Order: sequence, then C-alpha cells, then structure tokens
Amino acid sequence: MTARSQARTPDSGQVRRSTLFILQQLVTRDFKLKYRRSILGVVWSVLNPLLMMCVLTLVFTNMFRFPIENYPVYLILGMVLFNLMSDATGGAMGSIIQNAPLIKKVRIQKAVFPIEKVCFSVVNFGLSLIAVAIVMIFFRCAPTVSLVALPLLLLYVIMFSVGIGLALSALSVFFRDVMHLWDVLIMAWNYLTPIFWPQDLSAFLTGISNQWIAHALVIVEKFNPMYHYVVYFRDICMYATIPGLRENIICLGFALVSLAIGVIIFRKTQHKFILYI
Amino acid sequence: MFKEFRALNDITFQVRRGDVFGLVGTNGSGKSTMLKIIAGVLEPSSGTCTVRGSIAPLIELGAGFDPELTARENIYLNGSLLGYSRDFIDSHFDEIVDFAELRDFLDMPLKNYSSGMVARIAFSIATATEPDLLIVDETLSVGDFLFQQKCEERIQSLIDDSHVTVMLVSHDTSQVERMCDRCAWIEKGHLRMVGPADEVCSAYRSLGD
Repeated sequence: MTARSQARTPDSGQVRRSTLFILQQLVTRDFKLKYRRSILGVVWSVLNPLLMMCVLTLVFTNMFRFPIENYPVYLILGMVLFNLMSDATGGAMGSIIQNAPLIKKVRIQKAVFPIEKVCFSVVNFGLSLIAVAIVMIFFRCAPTVSLVALPLLLLYVIMFSVGIGLALSALSVFFRDVMHLWDVLIMAWNYLTPIFWPQDLSAFLTGISNQWIAHALVIVEKFNPMYHYVVYFRDICMYATIPGLRENIICLGFALVSLAIGVIIFRKTQHKFILYI
Repeated sequence: MFKEFRALNDITFQVRRGDVFGLVGTNGSGKSTMLKIIAGVLEPSSGTCTVRGSIAPLIELGAGFDPELTARENIYLNGSLLGYSRDFIDSHFDEIVDFAELRDFLDMPLKNYSSGMVARIAFSIATATEPDLLIVDETLSVGDFLFQQKCEERIQSLIDDSHVTVMLVSHDTSQVERMCDRCAWIEKGHLRMVGPADEVCSAYRSLGD
C-alpha cells in the first residue's frame, strides 16, 4: 500500500525515505561483496591503511627524509583523507555505467548511484579511522577536544566528493575517456598534496633550487582543495588546533563550488544517459 | 553519430483504469520500447505518455538482482528499488517467499539459482504490492507451467479484486486472448490495430497464413 500512494503523490518525505532505503541497501551490497570470501574480511579495511603506512614510512624515513615529527601519524592522516576523496570519486565515476542494467529497467533517481559510492567510501573511511587511532596510540599522540571539528571536515569532504563524483559519473557516460584520464589526474593530485611531504611549504621550499617551481607550488597549494582538507585534518587530530573561520570558509567554499558544478552537470545530462549506456 | 531510427512512430492509444490491455507484434516491433516509455524509464523523443497512478514494472524480472547475494538479501535490495519500505518488506517477507516456494534456498547466493527460480522470486517481489498499473513483459514464460498458472492466477486476482490495470506483452496470443479485454498490435514501430483482444489477435495470427 505504501508503494501505491507514494507513486501517486510523490510526497517528498516518503520519497526521501525510500531513497535512503535504496542507498542503504546498495551500500550494504557493496560492503558484503567487498569482503565476501576473504578470511580477514572487514579487518582489511583497518589493516590496509596500516600496511600502506608502514611501506611509505619505510620509504620516506630511509630514502627521502623530511623533518616531520611523528611522521607515521602525519602520513596516515594525509593518506586516509586523500583516499576517502579518491575512492569516492573513482567509485562514483563508473557507477552510472555499472548500473546500466538497472537504469534501463527501473525508474529510479539516477543520482543515487554516485552518491551511494561516496557513502560506501565514507563507511570505509570510518573503518580506517581505527587504523589511525592505533597509530596515534602507538606514537602517544593523544587527540584533544579539537577533534569535535571532525564532522565539519567530513561534511566538506563529502560535499566536495559528491560534486566531483556526480560530474565524473555523468561525463564518463558520454566520454569513457574520462575514466582513463581521471586515474592519471588522481595520481598527479596525490603528489601535489602534502601527504608524505611537509605541509609547511616555507620550510620545504628552501630545498627546491628552482625558484619558479617553488612559486608555482605555493600558488597551486592555495587552490588545491585537498591541501586545505589535509591540513585541516592534521590540525584537529595532531596539532590540537581548531581551524579558524577563514579556513572553514575556504573549505566550505571549495565544497559548495564542487557540489554546484556536479549537480548542474548531472541534472543537465541525466535524461540522456539511457541512450548512451 | 548514430543513424536515426524511430522505434515507435505516431502511436496513440488509451488504456482505461481496470483494463487488461495486451500488446502484440513481431520481434523488434517496439513493444518493449513502448513499455519502457510507459514505465518512465525512457523518455519519448516526441509526443507524450501520461500515467495516472503507481506502476509495478515487470519490464524485466529481477532488475537489480545481484548474483552474489542470497535470495534473502536480494528481496530487500530489489524491494527497495521497486519503492517498497523496509517495514513493507518485513511484513510481506513470508508471503513473498511462500509464493515463490523457495524457502529452503533463501540463504543461497542467487547465482546458484536456475533462471526459473530467479523468475519466481522476482515475480513474487514485484507483485507483493497492489499497484495501479502492472506491466508484464514476457515474464511469465520463464517458470514451469505450474508457476505460470500461479502467476496468471495472481494477476487475475489483482485484476478482479483490486481493479489493477494490466499491460501485458506476450507472444502467446492465446494467453493474450484469455486474459486481455483489449489489445494493440504494433508492427515495425507503427500501430496496426487497436480493439477487442480476440479481433486483434486473430488479425495478428493471420500474418502467418
């Protein structure tokens, strides 16, 4: 009976509830499929960032040295947050194409698919925070009250990722090239974000001989949303500071711009998806 | 980029509330395209299609089924996609399983099911609700004859008791004649005939003579 009245008068509350139920079901599916037939199962979500951090720490404390205190903590914080964004956007990108059979057969809000992938990445991010906690305890790097700003940061990064994810998922329907290009872009972005190198550029830049590159890097970082998000994350987790209003506005601004662009692109193109998938 | 092809051209018909309406035509004539437009999956490039009421589209049974998940998990997943709420599935779960007669296999991944078993589950999920409009596309042809009979009875009871409007696509003209009041014959994207089911079906059959 519920289904009946719902379609007749698409009362927004009911539609929202049923969309939430779809989201939840799809995330559950992805979660189950990800860990099916692996012995350690969900433990991998914690173990994976830990092992990655070990490898990178080995590389960057022996081969290249950076004057950073608690380097493993510094590294895993940057890595985990960047992975949230890259997993979310990468997953969302292929979501429309992957769900083509469904989109062709059921009338459904198409934005559900990219958003679901972002939700799934957030769940994984939550699990990898356990790894972060383990590393922080190990290095006696106690968190402080400043951690209360974490939901705020999470909100920014989710909005930012949803925006990019929506845009990528729509564009990749028409140009599959986007999928190949994005892998390269994410890698470049990864290197341009202070994940394993010092986020304090002034200390870092003296080591760079080419002045032009140094200047370019400063400008690039100003406009690199991930730079701001990663620095924000470390501020609240490691350095016991809550970023000020200015920094919050910058972070929110990037999120809103990304979200707006994503929504516009998706809305303009979604009715044509079915002809291309 | 593509050569334009009109799958449906200048087709007009009306289906009244409570009608059981058949759609016949040879392969590739546009029957499924028609149903997709009615179900709201596809937008017509020109013209309009108005549906008043809720739709249970059986355009293809088991859309969204994941072969790796168990039947139980798939019932919830598919149900959510059909717009059911969690409470609704919880309360109708036994009904769905009993109708499909697959209680013993509930926790088996769907990839181990035969296509007939998948169709059973899918049909019983899709008809768990009483929609205003039920779209049935060749879906009854998969199960064994007992299940086909059961499906037909279920559809018949939806028609008789709940005054559900039904659109049925089938190559089985005897089934169309048996179940439908009215029928449309679409051929190569054009409407050939609309009218009482027996007349249209006999005209359609004469195509083979």
